[in-house]
Formats: sequence, structure tokens, C-alpha cells
Amino acid sequence: MIRINPRITEKLAFAFLFFSTLLILVPVFLILVLIFKDGLPALSWEFLASYPRLGMRAGGIFPALLGTVYLAAGTLVFSLPIGILGAIYLSEYAKDHGFKRVVEVAIINLAGVPSVVYGLFGLGLFVIFLKFGASLLAGSLTLGIMSLPVIITSTREALGTVPKSFREVSLALGATKWQTIRRAVLPNALPGILTGTILALSRAAGETAPILFTVAAFYLPKLPQSIFDQAMALPYHLYVISTQVPNVKLSIQYGTALVLILLVLAMNIVAIVIRARFRKRKLW
Amino acid sequence: MDFVGLPVPYTMKPRRISEFLIESAIFLAGTISILFVVLIFIFLAKEGFALFRTVSLWDFLAGKDWYPISYPPRFGALPLILGSVWVTLGAILISVPIGVACAVYIAEVAPHWLREILKASVEFLAAIPSIVLGFIGLVTLVPLVQSLFNISTGLTALAGSLMLGFMAMPTIVSIMEDALTAVPRSYREGALALGATHWQAIWRVVMPAASSGVIAAVMLGIGRVIGETMAVMMITGNAARIPTTLLQPVRTMTATIAAEMGEAVQGSPHYASLFAIGIVLFVITFIINLTADFFLHREK
Repeated sequence: MIRINPRITEKLAFAFLFFSTLLILVPVFLILVLIFKDGLPALSWEFLASYPRLGMRAGGIFPALLGTVYLAAGTLVFSLPIGILGAIYLSEYAKDHGFKRVVEVAIINLAGVPSVVYGLFGLGLFVIFLKFGASLLAGSLTLGIMSLPVIITSTREALGTVPKSFREVSLALGATKWQTIRRAVLPNALPGILTGTILALSRAAGETAPILFTVAAFYLPKLPQSIFDQAMALPYHLYVISTQVPNVKLSIQYGTALVLILLVLAMNIVAIVIRARFRKRKLW
Repeated sequence: MDFVGLPVPYTMKPRRISEFLIESAIFLAGTISILFVVLIFIFLAKEGFALFRTVSLWDFLAGKDWYPISYPPRFGALPLILGSVWVTLGAILISVPIGVACAVYIAEVAPHWLREILKASVEFLAAIPSIVLGFIGLVTLVPLVQSLFNISTGLTALAGSLMLGFMAMPTIVSIMEDALTAVPRSYREGALALGATHWQAIWRVVMPAASSGVIAAVMLGIGRVIGETMAVMMITGNAARIPTTLLQPVRTMTATIAAEMGEAVQGSPHYASLFAIGIVLFVITFIINLTADFFLHREK
């Protein structure tokens, strides 16, 4: 048997590992460059603040951008309270190991349900059964349930990093369990909760499939007036102008993609900055 | 204390009640995830099971013709199921070796300063909305596939597999990386002390110890790919027939739901059939997630 020098094998293996890493990172970089290069020229104040014109072949993206902001806000309203309380249950209250596992498995499955299935669920429950119609309310609820697993998981992790001694000291001073959680545990877990929430929202803001049948409108001449109105949304708008409407200028398509990417990127950077700043300040 | 002098019940009561209320809310929120999983299944079933009044389960799962709006309509979902399987298979074959190798590089080989940059980049890929990747695939990857293989259209299973393989990378890399980091330091030190090279330690000791992580990464990668909707709908061509090669257009289950729900009449068999496809997807991802969870927890 031929014995290959292990040093050479190692060199080859590491070269393969490095090459694989490049295979992932280079396309990410190229995609960014492409979107910025072809999208930036389209970007202007007018593009952000005006309505689409000429069957979406000209003009701006204002109603879609605003719709996405509304949807993100609606998602936050529904998923944050339930997500945080749910995480507090798992981290501070749940005693029975078997039941806790059932809850955990449910969360894992919620996280794995395809986004288009969330769309079907939202259509069946909110749009039809509860008669909300295709509306901001139905879309926000659908996105909110979709975001729950992310918020629960990250909040639970954040609660878990608060030392046990904090709770013991508070309880020893005579505080009740809820007072302890509210005054001693939650404030210290806040940065982690914020980070997870922003990441969940950035994902919700970029989703298309769950809003297809629950809220998204092809084109609306006026802005939504209440939570029972349909709304345009940025991801769906990009889908429409890149596949449904013929002869839309590529620069408008790239510009829309760029705004969406910038929105998501900005949220991610805020999340990373919060995480990094508070990690440094941690005193324990 | 503000309430000194007041009888005990008066000081305790409001606090007790608010405490009771908030703790009830916590319990409710804690268990609501179970409720949502059940509700998802119930509402898919409520709308979807209507299909089986006119079509048998077997004809639905094994039928070869998907003509939902012709007369009489045919609801054979096999081409859609196979479309999803083909695209997923291709994507996993691409993403597992590359993703696992990338995770090993990040966790075991890369110098510390580079590690954080690489991790952030992979995380960023996970953050790009699938509609943006679909759009980029449509304007770059699809023409590339077309000219590379000299075929009439680049909207093929191959283009879908390439893009989905790329999109599954963050899932695979992060799970694999966690599994590698969970391997105790002493394993590596032991191997190195015995005279193994760095690579031998990784290949012979660390990788086998993290093997259940590989299985979980593959499972969750499949879950990620099979559920992807927008990107796959934009670049696979959406022809509902059974594919024989990766260079043909295919239509996946997810794309079928997204593309046809808009025109399906509420309450019609077509409408029910789309929910029935949703049930198939739900059941598949449910099984995948349970399996992955089993492998992730076996280690502990």
C-alpha cells in the first residue's frame, strides 16, 4: 500500500475546505456587488417616496415600502409579547420535563413549517374562518406566528445567560417570583431579546409566501386606511415587477431589490451592534 | 414600606391577583406553540380533506397528471412531489459536502480573526430574502445554465438545485459548526498528543464525534430546501410533468401552491387540492424536524 505523507494529505484537505468556504462566500459577495452596482443608480428620494406609475414600469415604491413597515410593526405587536412570555415559561416556570419537551418539539416544528404553508394556514384561519379578509391584520398575525419560534428561542437563550445567583438574591430579599423575573432577570436579558426580535422581524419583512394570500395586493392606488385593508409589500412588489409585469426596466427591479436588502441589512447590523455592545458591558 | 399599618390582606391582594394573572398569561404563552401546530394541521385538513370526496388518496399521491383546471380536472400530485424531490436531491448533493467542509474550516482551521468574518458572512446569506435570491437567480443563473448546456430554456431543475443548494448553506453550516464546537477540546488534544496531524485529528476523531450533527444538518437542510417557495417558483420553469433529467423545467409542491392559489375558486376541488399539497408538505417537514431533533438530542 502506498502511504501518502500525512503532511501532504493535510495540505490537500485544508485546500479543499478553504475552497468550499470560498464557494459559499464569493457568490454572496458577488450578489451584493451586483445589486448595489445596478440598484444604486435607481435609488433616489423620489423612488422611495412616490407611487408606481405606468403599470409599475416607472415611478417609485412608496406604498410597498410603507406596507412592509406596517407588516413588520404588526408582526412585532403580535409576536413579541407572546414570544417573551412563552420563553419565560420555558426558562423560569416549566418544571415537568416531559411536558417541556412537548413544547420544545412544537416550537421546533413551527420553525420548520414551510413559509407557503403558513400562507395557507393564514388564509384558512384568519382570512376565511375569522373573516378578516385579505388584510394587514391577517398578514401580521400570520407573520407573527411564523416569527414566534425565533423570538422564543432567542429570548430563552438570553434568559438562560442571566446567572442563577441574580434570581436567588432577589428571592432572598422577599421578592415574588414574577417580581424577580421582571426586575432582576428581564432587564439583564434585554439585549439578547432585542437582538433576536430584530432578526425575526428582518426575516418577516423579507417574506413573500406567507403574505401572498393573506394581505399582499398587486397594486393599490391608495394607502391602507385600517388594519382590515389590503396592502402592498416590498417583497411581493419585487416578485410582481420581476415576473408578472412584462417590460419593467431592470434598474427598477434592481432598485427594489436593493431597498429590500438595505432594509434587512440595516436591521441585521443594528442587531449585531446591540449584541456586541452589551456583550462588552456585561459585568458578570 | 408604603403600606405599613394596613391589614395584611389589603396589601397582598392586588399584588396576588396581578401576579396570578401574569403567571396565567405566561403559562398560556408557553403552551400556545402546541396549539398553533395543532391549529395549522386542523386548518390545512379542514380545507384540504374536501378533495378526497372526489379523488382517492392514492390517485392524488400517485396520479401522473396535474390538470386542475381542465374538464374533467385531474389532481395527480406525483409530478409535483417528484419535482420537489428532484430539486431537493440536487440541492442537498451540492450543499452538504460544501456546507460541511465550510463548517469544518470555520470551526477547526480558520484563524480567529477570520472566523468571525466568515460566520457573519454566512449569517448574512441567511438574511437575504428568498425573493431577492430568486430575482438574482432569474437574471444571472438562469441565462448561465441556458448557455452552458445549450438548451432552449435555463428555467430548469438544475438552476433550482443550484440556487437552493446555495440557500441551504447557512442552515447546514451553522448546525454542523455547533456540532463541531460541542466536541470536547480534550479529544483534539489527545489526538494531537499521539502525533496525529491537525487534519488527522479532525478527520479521524472530531468528525466521527460530530457525526450525528452531520445527519441533523442534512435533515434540516432538506427541510429548508423542500419548503422554499419564491426562489424556486421563479427559476425552475414550473412545468407540471415528471422530470427525467435535471435539465428540464419542473414544478415543485410549494411553487404550485403559491402560483395557483390566486386563481383557485374558494371551496372548489382545485382550492382543496392546494391545501392537500400543503398537508403533504406539513407532514414531510414534521417528520424531518422530529428526526433531526432526535439526532441532535441523542448526543446529550
